[in-house]
Amino acid sequence: MLEMTYSQAINAALREEMRRDSRVFILGEDVGVFGGCFGVTAGLYEEFGPERVLDTPISETAIIGSAVGAAAAGLRPVPEIMFMDFMTVCMDEFFNQAAKMRYMFGGKARVPLTLRTVCGAGLGAAAQHSQSLEAWFVHMPGVKVVMPSTPADAKGLLAASIRDDNPVIFIEHKMLYGISGPVPEGEYTIPLGKADIKREGRDVTVVATSAMVHRALAAAETLAGEGIEVEVVDPRTLVPFDKETLLRSVEKTGRLVIVHEAVKTGGIGGEIAAIVAEEGFDFLDAPIKRVAAPFTPVPFSPPLEAAYIPDENKIIQAIREIV
Amino acid sequence: MVLSKEQMLDMYRKMQLIREFEETVAKLFSQGQIPGFVHLYVGEEAVAVGVCSNLNDKDYIASTHRGHGHGIARGASVNKMMAEIFGKMDGYCKGKGGSMHIADVELGFLGANGIVGAGLPLAAGAAFANKYLNNNGVAVCFFGDGASNRATFHEALNLASIWKLPVIFVCENNMYGISMCQKRHQNIADVADRAVAYGIPGVSVDGNDLMAVYEATAEAVKRARAGDGPTLIECKTYRYRGHFEGDACVYRCEEEVNEWKKKCPIQRFAARLTEMNIASREELEAIHREVKEQIEQAVEFARQSPYPDVSELTTDVYCD
Repeated sequence: MLEMTYSQAINAALREEMRRDSRVFILGEDVGVFGGCFGVTAGLYEEFGPERVLDTPISETAIIGSAVGAAAAGLRPVPEIMFMDFMTVCMDEFFNQAAKMRYMFGGKARVPLTLRTVCGAGLGAAAQHSQSLEAWFVHMPGVKVVMPSTPADAKGLLAASIRDDNPVIFIEHKMLYGISGPVPEGEYTIPLGKADIKREGRDVTVVATSAMVHRALAAAETLAGEGIEVEVVDPRTLVPFDKETLLRSVEKTGRLVIVHEAVKTGGIGGEIAAIVAEEGFDFLDAPIKRVAAPFTPVPFSPPLEAAYIPDENKIIQAIREIV
Repeated sequence: MVLSKEQMLDMYRKMQLIREFEETVAKLFSQGQIPGFVHLYVGEEAVAVGVCSNLNDKDYIASTHRGHGHGIARGASVNKMMAEIFGKMDGYCKGKGGSMHIADVELGFLGANGIVGAGLPLAAGAAFANKYLNNNGVAVCFFGDGASNRATFHEALNLASIWKLPVIFVCENNMYGISMCQKRHQNIADVADRAVAYGIPGVSVDGNDLMAVYEATAEAVKRARAGDGPTLIECKTYRYRGHFEGDACVYRCEEEVNEWKKKCPIQRFAARLTEMNIASREELEAIHREVKEQIEQAVEFARQSPYPDVSELTTDVYCD
């Protein structure tokens, strides 16, 4: 095992995939000479040159639109949208073109593009640079949605995404770039659609996504001192979604808390709760709880932003209410 | 520009094939035999044929919601196109796309498109792929005067120009964005003028003159294949029919339509062929008869084809 940051792990996956397959190329704003707004693509321009690491104008529509055209014409683009919030200006290209091309063309097209983007609050970046919009993409047939929480997951899932023949949105969390963790040596992939149990427990299942996985693990640690054993499940990919792991865990614990950073209304938590209500109702010994952001834009002021993001205490409180 | 008799007659045949296809679709639609809605290309045949006659099998086209003509000009099967419009299993997209999404990536046809202006960045991307693969292929995007007001137009032309992509942007200026006359939707007479903003050539041609379109495209394709980047070609033309079938066309007058019908691109090219002694009236009439028969067979093929089984509903969403 190597020790690596989340950012370095993503960088390593990009480098390895570009070395493996000459059809893989990167395009986006400031991804080349500058090395990426968060430094994730650092060094790739130097290794692969301007033909494969392309700095684009500030043109999200052209970035995704041209990536779709290039993918349909035989390449494997990895476009970057600097902040997930900017997906608002290229939704047609992703939603109506990339996602639907295969279906509309009767199964005769492949759109192997991996869109990397960045979600999450915590940097004081306010309402237009901090959103977690994953639910939008989960609601979009034809796209896969990946949200890694650890360096090892980020590396293996990104490699799998780039090798996948479908459009994938790979959502990184800006507050995770600096975290370190063990990463296996050499190339490896983690299959899309396979959840990971980040901590085993018998009393309550906590399903958490992205940065919330770490807060759920901290909450589990605290509660373990009181004799409450929390099982933390990280779906890792939201589409395809690993229902089996979720249901098996809820069958074992009888209780479910769902934690995500996006606003609660219309969030992925509602979908997860509905899966369990439809297919695992008999497993439940208590109501399902959701811990998520309030139905408000992300605020700027530090105490407001801190209150916006679900924290360990809120997770502990939700668990206590049903255990 | 030296074209063989065969090439010229093929271009004539393709224009007739588009006209016959579209008029047949209009009739079938009015009889309630076709689901959804359709946007027809009648009157604009010289653009699709003039452009696509310059392309080879490495090249791509991206089309519009008015895409039947582009598909036929690119060499698509009228049987499979007609079956698609009927929503049948033997259609290009197994009946999942319909009129607005007919596509065949293997044929270099990246699809008609239900979103106005969506093809522009797609074509830029396909052109990028050709450049990246170093296969000397080009990409063409057809779009309308209405689409030239969209952000996709600006972003795609800008990106294509700075990256010198082998792409040809073909504006079919048929004077209307749905109901809105060009005079009302933009403050310029020639869409080609916008090329200045991207530092690329912009040419405006008579879109009802097949040879003018062919020659302008030949020049643009030569430039693209030589690595000199994109060209914006504006073809001034007119749609004889409404925006969609059933459009009452309250926004334009009968006189205007009749004036344009006098400038029919097919009759015009036929006159040229006979004047130049390339073909006799009889030869052209024979081609027209063959085309009519071909379209009748396409309708028959579409009728005979089964509807997709309901089990097809959820297939083709993802690749395995």
